[in-house]
Amino acid sequence: MTQPMVRLSGLYKIFGACDKDVLHHVQDGMGKEELLAQHGHVLGLNNINVDMQAGEITVVMGLSGSGKSTLIRHLNRLIEPTAGEIIVQGEDVMQLSEDGLRHARQEKMSMVFQKFALLPHKTVLKNAGMPLSVRGEDEVTCDREAAKWLDRVGLSGFENHYPAQLSGGMQQRVGIARALTANTPIMLMDEAFSALDPLIRTDMQDLLLELQKELHKTIIFITHDLDEALKLADHLVILKDGFVVQQGEPQHILLNPNDPYIEDFVSDINRARVLRVRSIMTPLVDGKVPKDADGEVDVNDTLESMIARSGGDTSHAYVVKDGEQTVGTLDMTELVRALVPRVASEAGARQS
Amino acid sequence: MAFYDKLFSALGLSDWCGTSDDKAPLSLADLAAQAGGQEASGPLIPIPSFDNLHESCNRVWQSRDVTNGIEEGFLAAKPVLKTVLDPITQPLSWMLDGALWLFEAMPWFIMVPLLVAISWYASRSRPVTIFVAVSIMLLAVVDHYDVAMQTLSIIFVCTTISVLFGVPIGIAMSKSDRLQKSVVPLLDLLQTLPTFVYLIPLIFLFSVTESKLYGIAIILYAIVPVIRLTDLGIRLVDRDVIEAANAFGMNDRQKLMRVQLPLALPNIMAGINQTIMMSLAMVVIASLVSAPGLGVNVLRGIRNLELGVGIVAGIGIVLLAVILDRVSKAALTRVDKTQVKH
Repeated sequence: MTQPMVRLSGLYKIFGACDKDVLHHVQDGMGKEELLAQHGHVLGLNNINVDMQAGEITVVMGLSGSGKSTLIRHLNRLIEPTAGEIIVQGEDVMQLSEDGLRHARQEKMSMVFQKFALLPHKTVLKNAGMPLSVRGEDEVTCDREAAKWLDRVGLSGFENHYPAQLSGGMQQRVGIARALTANTPIMLMDEAFSALDPLIRTDMQDLLLELQKELHKTIIFITHDLDEALKLADHLVILKDGFVVQQGEPQHILLNPNDPYIEDFVSDINRARVLRVRSIMTPLVDGKVPKDADGEVDVNDTLESMIARSGGDTSHAYVVKDGEQTVGTLDMTELVRALVPRVASEAGARQS
Repeated sequence: MAFYDKLFSALGLSDWCGTSDDKAPLSLADLAAQAGGQEASGPLIPIPSFDNLHESCNRVWQSRDVTNGIEEGFLAAKPVLKTVLDPITQPLSWMLDGALWLFEAMPWFIMVPLLVAISWYASRSRPVTIFVAVSIMLLAVVDHYDVAMQTLSIIFVCTTISVLFGVPIGIAMSKSDRLQKSVVPLLDLLQTLPTFVYLIPLIFLFSVTESKLYGIAIILYAIVPVIRLTDLGIRLVDRDVIEAANAFGMNDRQKLMRVQLPLALPNIMAGINQTIMMSLAMVVIASLVSAPGLGVNVLRGIRNLELGVGIVAGIGIVLLAVILDRVSKAALTRVDKTQVKH
């Protein structure tokens, strides 16, 4: 196993004047409400341990107030942690000097913001070239790189507009182009698509996935939208009140939620569209391919497409292929079963 | 007998007070009382002021000792203040005199087109430029061109210095809450102190013949808005944009020059506009301490009851004020527009 791109271990953040003094209460298990009532400090993050692998999209999901925006700001130390380690590419961010930190922000991590945060007095081209000009690159290089990435996000022709002249979706494209121009291995996206309307949001998600396919960046994506999280995530981290409730492969979390909070979340989504064949198939035992299969399907097909294919007939069974290799079988009855959320626990979650 | 005699004797302070051996009249009221042979009748219980207490007890100050004390204290500090302030402020005299000489020495047929060109460059607005040209010609026709230029030269110097000092002070204030907390009361004081009150200590410090006397008075009065609005403008810059600047690793200087100052510019320009208007207001009052310009004519109107002279000069000041305001406002809207284009 290679070293993760970003490793957070034992990360705590308490907002308030004497955060270090009340830390031991939290470490002894005091909750968010108690801490606020008894000590007047707000618990932001509570013992976060997350590894973010290179080339993956790690999605951090949680409702507002769960600490997800606080979490992402720790990676480039826009917020100072109370305790804990932040290791980026094997280097402890906490040990960096002011210059070193600035250097890391310039060279290692770029950021995309919910409210775009573009410079209103600069053109789109200058905005996109900003990360390079901050590093002291000459204007020609900045403009060339900026134009390249603006073109890549579909904004060629708008170089000389001002941000206020563009729609929200286009402004966020500038924000993404700006982060790409920085050419950093890590991209931090703080609710990057939350301010956009649903159709444009889908477009932007597709754009991001498409870019990711060729660029293989390490992306840390914050969202409060489970559909978005499931669509983008290679690794899903679910936060609640500042601690990690569950993390892992999104399909796995969907099928095995370990907390009523997550079951509640998960119960509202379209499982057929999100779940894939690989998550529910029966793995092949001793390489025997069953003879009575009705056809072959890909491991990454969604259940929705399977239902369409079988015409709703639950008696069918399929052979699952990963490329050329046969990896398992899929029984349509299993598929239907997987579509049902765990009803009992769901009721429990509603009550709590 | 004075009202508070009993109080002092009750406190056992009669000996400490001593008797008033000095019967010389100290005020007209005393004199009248002595002459009439009767005590001035006051309210039933006189207010316990220094003067009233002094009547009962010689050891208590009189109120004029307070004013005397302030005066003596100031005069005692004057040599030190003067040795420090004189060399520091001397360049101001040179600048004012130089600007005055320059504005007067420049022939009108160069100066007027130059002013019109500057208005055009600053405002890029045809109506404003035409208005400037017409106003200056109006002033010239009634032979107020020279005094108007004197006033303008003073405003030019004082505003420039106010901006040169005010903007950095405002920036420093925006960076430090402590500094802001300590500077704001001072600014409040400068803004609320009646303008004549500035002049009194300044007259003692500097000679009335020196131009820096009115220069300092004008700058002290006019520098306030540019400081306030620079501070405000920088503090109002969108926090998200500042966060983005941090996230992309800008250092403090880059943040200031590329983000904070450009985004605060509309506010700073509004401050400069106010500074110009306030220095114009003060330059008229400063004519009391030998500031040349239109104010002198207004003063002449008041002193000699020359109604026409005063009113023409007054209208001249209004014209100058409108010119300066329109040009600087037009420049401000232009800056605003380049920021948010729709």
